Amino acid sequence: MSNYLFYILSFLSIFSALMVVLSRKPVHSVLYLIFCFFTIAGHYILLNAQFLAAVHIIVYAGAIMVLFLFVIMLLNLNAETEPHKPLIIKGASVVTGGMLLVVLIATFKSAAMSVSSPEFNSDLGMVESLGKVLYDQYMLPFEVSALLFLSAMVGATMIGKKEI
Amino acid sequence: MEVADLIFKVIFVLAVFGISLLVAMYSTYAERKVAAFFQDRLGPNRAGPFGILQPLADGVKMFMKEEIIPTNSDKALFILGPSIAMLTACMTGVVIPWGNSLIINGKEFVMQITDVNIGILYIFGVVSIGVYGIMIGGWASNNKFSLLGSLRASSQMISYELAMGMSIIAIVMMSGTLSVREIVLGQPGGHWNVLYQPLGFLLFFICALAETNRTPFDLPECETELVGGYHTEYSSMKLGFYLFAEYINMFISSAVIVCLYFGGYNFPFIESLGLSHNVVSLLGTGIFFIKIFFFIFVFMWIRWTIPRFRYDQLMRVGWKVLLPLAVLNIVITAIVLLWKNDLFSLNF
Repeated sequence: MSNYLFYILSFLSIFSALMVVLSRKPVHSVLYLIFCFFTIAGHYILLNAQFLAAVHIIVYAGAIMVLFLFVIMLLNLNAETEPHKPLIIKGASVVTGGMLLVVLIATFKSAAMSVSSPEFNSDLGMVESLGKVLYDQYMLPFEVSALLFLSAMVGATMIGKKEI
Repeated sequence: MEVADLIFKVIFVLAVFGISLLVAMYSTYAERKVAAFFQDRLGPNRAGPFGILQPLADGVKMFMKEEIIPTNSDKALFILGPSIAMLTACMTGVVIPWGNSLIINGKEFVMQITDVNIGILYIFGVVSIGVYGIMIGGWASNNKFSLLGSLRASSQMISYELAMGMSIIAIVMMSGTLSVREIVLGQPGGHWNVLYQPLGFLLFFICALAETNRTPFDLPECETELVGGYHTEYSSMKLGFYLFAEYINMFISSAVIVCLYFGGYNFPFIESLGLSHNVVSLLGTGIFFIKIFFFIFVFMWIRWTIPRFRYDQLMRVGWKVLLPLAVLNIVITAIVLLWKNDLFSLNF
């Protein structure tokens, strides 16, 4: 049962991820990206990590992507006003993208073998265990990342202010 | 899962779905009656006794109207918009505990569709998706006023979601669980959370008004500035879906408010009645619905009493008043909880 679900979800996430790149309209791309996030949340639920799934939906699909959609709708981009890049830039981007692909394949090929699967703890994604790990074992990195967010917030306020 | 469980769940899901639709239907009637009372009019009274069949007449009218899809609109997204609005409105009722449990033939059936251990976050996630219905519909209409309405809706909902989440965190800290059922069980008898979290309740209630786009936060459909807001181009049942989704949201947010702050199906002197378990459960469900209807009435009361905000005022209230107050509420709750724990540790 969960095997079939995994294959369906994987197919949907790869399909929607491809459609993000292939869609002609930017708004459609964003909507496919949101759908992609949903399928990834589905993967989290398959791994019994409901908390991560819910937070993923709330933060990424519910807040960040709304802002994406917001900006793209305001800019009103469409196929007619799309700038046409010169051929040399298109060629260069194909080459760089291909090189990135080669590097990624090389990395994953060596990594896939070395990953041993330790006994899977199905309670790992629950709120309680996640909270214990975050506030016990990884207290300092957690607080440092919180500081990082704070500095980002201050930066955004600085940019947003008209006169400082 | 056993067959009896499965049958109970299927019946229960259908019942919850039907009741939400029914309550939403009669909320439209109640809204018009309440408005009429406030404005010293009679309200709908033609269809059936006291106009009780008015919602049916409205529904038939909505279905019979001509479907118009604007030529320059994005057709798929134009249809997707109201569908998402309706879908997300119907999805939230899943984690709400509608009553305690019923014992039939010695087997216990819990009156809740599913008790997810992250119930509150589920509600929150679904609410945050609800904004897409409005945004997609407004953009796909290819109309300036619709777009402005949907942009207003989305920025308003994001701003108020923050304060809403913060006010929920205080409740979660007090009850120590994310499951809605356990939060309700943590408020037995008359020990409702509102007594310990009055500020949190006030913040949550204001944010619920903003999330359901009700007055004084109904700027997305502000007719004096934006024609009809995000649903200007919609007609027939697609418009009906948008309007209907608002009433279902109102019903569900009243239910969530009652669950989090007003004890859900608990009521005072619940033990001293000396009734059997099933009767108490059913009585609790009845009380739960009475509380919900009271809050739906308060929503309407506010709508017909208070004028709407200006848009900059709305943003200022959201970010500069509600959010700091919510953070203050969390800090106070944390201090009180720590202090209480210290007292207990001294006693032992």
